[in-house]
Amino acid sequence: MRRLDYTTIFFALMGSFLVLFILIPIVNLMVSSNIDSIVANLQDSQVITSLFISVYSALIATLIAVLFGVPLAYILARHDFFGKGFVESIIDIPIVIPHTVSGIALLLVFTSGGILGAPLGKLGIVFTNAIPGIIIAMLFVSSSFVVNSAREGFESVDPRMEKVARTLGSGTLRTFFVISLPLALRSIVVGSILCWARAISEFGAIIILAFYPLAASTLIYTRFVQFGLSASTPVAIILISICLALFLVVRLIIKGWRTYDKT
Amino acid sequence: MIKLENLSRDWKEFKIDDVTLEIEDGEYFIFLGPSGSGKTMLLELIAGMWSPDSGKIIMNNKDVTRLPPENRGVGFVYQNYMLFPHKTVFDNIAFGLNVRKVEKNEIKSQVEEMMNLLGISHLSNRLPRTLSGGEQQRTALARALIIHPQVLIMDEPLSALDRITREELIQELKRIHQKFNITIIHVTHNFDEALKLADRVAIMKKGTISQMGDIDEIFRHPKDEFVADFVGTENIIRGFASDGEDSLTFVNTGNIVIESTQKKTGDVHATIRPEDITLSTDKVPTSARNVFEGHIKEIYDLGTIIKLTVDVGEQLVLVLTRQSFLDLELNIGKQIYIYFKATAVNLF
Repeated sequence: MRRLDYTTIFFALMGSFLVLFILIPIVNLMVSSNIDSIVANLQDSQVITSLFISVYSALIATLIAVLFGVPLAYILARHDFFGKGFVESIIDIPIVIPHTVSGIALLLVFTSGGILGAPLGKLGIVFTNAIPGIIIAMLFVSSSFVVNSAREGFESVDPRMEKVARTLGSGTLRTFFVISLPLALRSIVVGSILCWARAISEFGAIIILAFYPLAASTLIYTRFVQFGLSASTPVAIILISICLALFLVVRLIIKGWRTYDKT
Repeated sequence: MIKLENLSRDWKEFKIDDVTLEIEDGEYFIFLGPSGSGKTMLLELIAGMWSPDSGKIIMNNKDVTRLPPENRGVGFVYQNYMLFPHKTVFDNIAFGLNVRKVEKNEIKSQVEEMMNLLGISHLSNRLPRTLSGGEQQRTALARALIIHPQVLIMDEPLSALDRITREELIQELKRIHQKFNITIIHVTHNFDEALKLADRVAIMKKGTISQMGDIDEIFRHPKDEFVADFVGTENIIRGFASDGEDSLTFVNTGNIVIESTQKKTGDVHATIRPEDITLSTDKVPTSARNVFEGHIKEIYDLGTIIKLTVDVGEQLVLVLTRQSFLDLELNIGKQIYIYFKATAVNLF
């Protein structure tokens, strides 16, 4: 058997602090409510509606992030240009600023009199206290996951492979769809699921922009404020279960997806 | 015919500087140079993966300088093969035909014929990562050849292979060159490959061509020290080979007869590595089959090593340590004997 030295044991003890710090509250939460109240909540139409709003809005936000984020990621992975560092920083900004601040910034722009809210309002798209507001709040805070992950995926595809495809007669767009995209797909899917999970979890930006209709995270907050812990815990458990399930799917994809470059 | 006219491009790390040359139809042309000399970049320029800053590329009397790679009719094989890892061997080879919307049955028969030709039919359904280096290289060759390119460009195609596989592929490349009657441009830093394959060679240094010509020419008359250094330490002699006694091959160079253990007949080149040749001032008994008498023609002092050119009817280069050079009291014109084993003589 491998002998463990004192340093390894010491570091392992130190390191287990964080693991337990995260694990204990989550496990405790999961077991702190009885099944009956969870089942009762699952039959509560307000809970189901709010869960649907969260999952649905997050899905739309993720699709938008993929649609616009993947081309950006490809450009960032393949080209060097003036201001590239600036673009990269912008994509990462939502990660470092408080989400309530993101909400306020979005509200100023997307309110009915805002520079984007006003023209879009004329087209009938209202953001404040509406599902589109929830979607853009989610998009703002979680799109960087798609961009960064897809970018890593594209960077792992050797550009020479694309060059060979081109000498064989394939144009740039076809080469992208037939060679680059399939090879980066795993990273894009992983990034999308992370984006989706992060979007479902969003709270700070949502309450500023669209308190109503109640998203799941907002519902938990209102239940807590109005009725206390016992009312909010079952909803919290349901939401966290959804997030953990998504997270589990990510891990399984990372492990199980056929990787081509490694033997 | 491919013509490069004053081709230049500056990347930050590499540059191609005013390259002008012509490659004939059906020629096997090798760019030889150390790493960092810009060989790969030159190939990628010819294939259309970059646009030159200035200069022209002419193929078949057509200016293709601004043509994208998909319209140039150039096959490209990289050192690391660059097979599409998510496609089977069959689908890799079929790629160029699929792009051209060739009919399905036609694709199948053409790909099968190509796999047959390169001896990889049994690998049809395998993914690239399960193949050996040689198998990957054959697949990459098949993929490039199936579109019947005017030019086949290869970037260090044999460098990642072990010695035996490399020999096999050298023969394969010769066969392909003849069968397809195709122009081949091949880049390597390995002098041996150039000797065995090239019709003509260009020596590259820092993005420029130092010397261009047939391989004997470059070997015998290196234009400058760089070329001499790069190709210089080997002895290469032309001769006529015939079966000799003791199942040896005798190579008559016109001046001397060299014995080799390798089986060849007809016109050959013989190479002998300088470190395989020993030297003495008196005739000594030896098991070496090749013993020649001659005199010292030139002496180069390389520090701890001394390089000598001796004339034994043919001129040969050999090396000595400084200590043995001093012990033997050698000087220009001195009579000497040289010895090398029949196994040290490489024929091609």
